[in-house]
Amino acid sequence: MSTRAGARLWVAQRATAAVLAFCVLVHLATMVFAVRGGLTAHEILERTHGNYAWCAFYSLFVFAAGIHGAIGLRTVASEWLGFRGKAADAAMAAIALAIVFLGLRAVAAVVL
Amino acid sequence: MKALRVSVWRGGAEGRFEDFEVPRRGSQTVLDAVTYIQRHLDPTLSYRFACRVGMCGSCAMTVNGKPRWTCRTHVDKVATGGRLQVAPLANLPVVKDLVADMREFFDKWARSRGQFRPTATRNDEFAKVRPDSPARREADAGVECIGCGVCYAACDVVKWNRDYLGPAALNRAWTLVNDERDGAKRERLHAVAGDAGCHACHTMMSCTEHCPKKLSPTRSIAGLKRATLALALGGEP
Repeated sequence: MSTRAGARLWVAQRATAAVLAFCVLVHLATMVFAVRGGLTAHEILERTHGNYAWCAFYSLFVFAAGIHGAIGLRTVASEWLGFRGKAADAAMAAIALAIVFLGLRAVAAVVL
Repeated sequence: MKALRVSVWRGGAEGRFEDFEVPRRGSQTVLDAVTYIQRHLDPTLSYRFACRVGMCGSCAMTVNGKPRWTCRTHVDKVATGGRLQVAPLANLPVVKDLVADMREFFDKWARSRGQFRPTATRNDEFAKVRPDSPARREADAGVECIGCGVCYAACDVVKWNRDYLGPAALNRAWTLVNDERDGAKRERLHAVAGDAGCHACHTMMSCTEHCPKKLSPTRSIAGLKRATLALALGGEP
């Protein structure tokens, strides 16, 4: 692995961790606030439908989770399973893309 | 004073613990107990020591499950219920009994470019390094390493990833990165980056917790992470 690749993965992991810390707090606070008077699917969709600020926030959340999770899994696969090298990197990139795809699909489903 | 019961590892990678009774003495160290066994009970016991005063780094062993320098570890502080278990350092091949093969440990110092590369000759003036400069302070914080291997034995990343350079080698590299007289900084940062280098550290701080010299290899590794990032972004180390 090149110095540049190692440093980029490290800083990507750190930066996405910071984004996730912020997003998780907002997510939890919103949930606590939203369920105060009971919660139904209709109520949720009423709030999220066409709400592009909500869409931007959760899209950011999804990208951060996809990148952070895949880099972490890459380390776990290397240390615990001995799964390393280009095949492992390709598998982790595929996992990142899958998480981002599934997350964005879910965001689109409640916004559009 | 009640006798001390000492279980000592015998054999190589395959072996077993053998029990000995050692008389208790005031201010007795773990190394004193091991030496008593070798001199009075079983002369075939193999172990390493040299200075006996915490300078040479050769007497590190696993004492009651934790890596320690045995010459400065008092029996009183670690013998729970009057028992000691002494084994060779973890994460290194066993040569015999309490002697671990330190080759991979020191080979990794070489791989992380732990050698000083001078930029001046004997005909040049002495380098004037300000003691209060930030780089000199960083170097000072890590330079007292005695190469005992305690941090290497305590590190889980070393156990999981046999290529990982380990805390001591990376700490050494960081002291040289901060040595303004050294001429191999870029090369060294390239050598310590990546999955086998500083980026593999999880900041669990086991090395810092166990270092008998109270150094913080974790801090040095964090410094290397920042320095390699600066290099990757195009800046000078």
